[in-house]
Formats: sequence, C-alpha cells, structure tokens
Amino acid sequence: MFVTSAFAQESAPTVEGGHTGTEGDTHSGTGVPAETHGVFPPFDPATFPSQLLWLAITFGLFYLFLKKVVMPRVGGIIDVRNDRITQDLDHAARLKGEADAAVAAYEQELAEAKTKANAIGQQANDAAKAEAEAARKKVEAALDQKLGEAEARISTIKANAMKEVGTIAEDTASAIVEALVGGKASKAEIAAAVKSVAR
Amino acid sequence: MAADKVDPIHQFHINKLIPIEIGGYDLSFTNSALFMVATVAVASAFLYLSTSSRSLVPSRLQSVSEMAYEFVGNMLRDAAGTQGMKFFPLVFSLFMFVLVANLLGLFPYFFTVTSHIIVTFGLAALVIGTVVVYGFMKHGLGFLKLFVPHGVPVYLLPLVVLIEVISFVSRPVSLSVRLFANMLAGHITLKVFSGFVVSLSALGTLGIAGSVLPLAMAVALTALELLVAFLQAYVFAVLTCMYLNDALHPGH
Repeated sequence: MFVTSAFAQESAPTVEGGHTGTEGDTHSGTGVPAETHGVFPPFDPATFPSQLLWLAITFGLFYLFLKKVVMPRVGGIIDVRNDRITQDLDHAARLKGEADAAVAAYEQELAEAKTKANAIGQQANDAAKAEAEAARKKVEAALDQKLGEAEARISTIKANAMKEVGTIAEDTASAIVEALVGGKASKAEIAAAVKSVAR
Repeated sequence: MAADKVDPIHQFHINKLIPIEIGGYDLSFTNSALFMVATVAVASAFLYLSTSSRSLVPSRLQSVSEMAYEFVGNMLRDAAGTQGMKFFPLVFSLFMFVLVANLLGLFPYFFTVTSHIIVTFGLAALVIGTVVVYGFMKHGLGFLKLFVPHGVPVYLLPLVVLIEVISFVSRPVSLSVRLFANMLAGHITLKVFSGFVVSLSALGTLGIAGSVLPLAMAVALTALELLVAFLQAYVFAVLTCMYLNDALHPGH
C-alpha cells in the first residue's frame, strides 16, 4: 500500500504532464482530470466534506427506506410464514389425534366383537353339549328299561321252566315207583319226596 | 503510456461530476457520490422488488432478501440479545450498504465507495456515535462502567481503565481502517495484476504467452475479492453488533 502510494505520487505528475487527453480515454472514462496531484486520493482531505455529505444523504435515505418499507415487509412475510407453519402443524397434530382416536375406536370395537363371538361360540358349544347329554340320557334310560324287561322275562321263563321240571320229576318218579314197586304211590307223597330231594 | 495503464491508484480518484460549493466547502456531486447513490438504489431496488410478491413460498430472489434479513437479525440477537433488536434497521442498512458497495466495486471501471477512508470512517463514526449516545441516554454515567472491568485489583485500576479507554477510542479507527484497507489493497492488487496482462501482451507473442500467468492470478484474485466483499460486510456488521451490545450492557 505504501509502496504503491509512493508510486502514485511519482507517476501522477507525469500523467498530468503530457497525456491528459489520453488519460481520460484509457481510464475510468469520466474524462475529468484528478483534482489534486501528489496526494493519495483516499487521504485527500479536499474530498472529505463532499463525501461525508453525500454519504449522509444516501445512507440516511437508505436507512429510512429500509426501516419504513423493506423491513416491515420482509418481517411481515416471515411472520406470516411462521404463523402459517404453526397453524399447519396444529392442523396436522389435530388430524393425527383424530386418526389415533379412530384407530383406538376400531380396535375397541374389534375386541368387543371378538368377545361377543367367543360368547356366542361358547353358548352354542354348551347348548350342543347339553343336547347331546340329554339325548344320551334318554337312550340310556330306554336301554335300561329294555334290559329290565328282558331280565324280567328271563326270570319268568326260568321260573316256568323250574316249575315244569318239578312236574316232570314227579311224573318220572311215579312212573319209576310204578315200574319198580308195582303199586301206585299217591301223588302227594311223590310230590313231597321230590321236593325233599330237590332241596 | 504503459505507466498510465497500470497506474493502480487512478481508480481511487475523485472526479467532480456536478460542482457544488457552499460556504467555502466543496460539496460537489462526485463519482463517489454517484456510486453511493447507485449502491443505495441497487440495494433498495433489490430488496423492494424481490419481496414485492410477498410469496409464502419464496422465489429465489425473495429468499435471498429474507436470508440477508434473518442473517443480520440472528447476528444481532446473538450478540446483543432481544433488547438489541431496536438497532436492527441500523445494522441491516449498514450491512446491506457495505455489502452492495463492495460488490459494485468489483465491476471493472466502477468506483468502490468503501475504498475511501472517509466513507468507512463516517460509517464507523455513526456506529460509535450511536453506542456513545445511546449508552449515556440509557445508563447515564453508569455507561462509564464500560471502562471499569469487574474483579480488577484497585492498584491496577488506573492502568486497566487507560487500556480500556484506548481500546474504545481505537474502535472507530480499527472498524473503518479494516474495511477501507481490505478494499483498497484488494483493488490495487487486482489492478496491478491486470496491468501486467496488458503490459506483457504489448511485448509480442512471448509476452502474450507469459501474460497467462497474471491473468490467472487476476481471475483468482477476483474470486478472493468477492469473498472479501462479503466477509468485510459481515465483519463490519458483527463488530457493530458487539459494540451496540456494550451500549446495552456496559458492565463486563
């Protein structure tokens, strides 16, 4: 910086010396020669008042414009967006709550239906069992009755048979006595004798 | 002739466009003033037009404006807290002004407003003036606590207070010189390397071949200057925020 400023001080007079016309063409194009020579332009106090004045004017207007117009607008845009995002998030949360409630209700209904189905199944099972039991009992009772009847018949048949056995024995005994003894034994005696033997 | 072309200082000359003189002061409308107007016009037009649709989903340009707004807003909130937001318009306009002035200066043949120390000093003085005026308005003499850090032994106090005062007084200087010197040095370097290209090309075929090197350098430097333009605007705004924080909370 210091080297170049020294260079500027050296070269400035020669620039001004003979090439004023060309200088305007080759440089910034404003064509107005530099006001002061030999002074490094940024440190030239002659330019200070004008620069400060115009800085104050331009920056002051810029400040006012930003403060009054731009910043409320940008701030407003950002606030509106934040509000909108919060609102949308709330909405989403509410919808999610609703969905969760619906799922819970569905699951409860499902559980209720399951218990109901189980109860119905149980009931049907019980009814079927009871019916089967009743049917079995009826069949058993019928079988018992039939068995009793059969036993009774068997015992009558047996008793009849036994009675006939006695008569046959008496007949046989009287015939034997007739044949052996040749007389006739009284019926009562034979019956008594057979009875005593049978005992 | 060659010396003319590579004079790296010429770009900083102030030329009167409309001579005005009031009370012995030269208040002419110069090329510097013209580019101040251009800076303000470009920045205002960009911010105004890019946000004119007020879209909920921003366009590219609108999101650039919003990013700048939120960037500066967050910077100020981080440095000075929510109380500092009353200075948001000041910091935002400083940031935008410096940024656009720096960026405009990158165009060839354009004047760089921020390469003049009086401009950067004017902006820095505005910042420090705001700090001092607001500090005294809000805290009265309590603002002077700024110069008396807590927990310093009494026998060291005179020395520390002296150092604090010097550091406070050097703030506008460092704030203005940093921006000014960065822009000045960058533009001089650019001009020097571009000048090499021109001078070497004038030497014939070999010169043209050789001028590739400074040309590449000039291209690289342009990229660097673009970075510096952003960086210096950012640094200026950040330091402004920190100084404003001192006005709000003078106790260390």
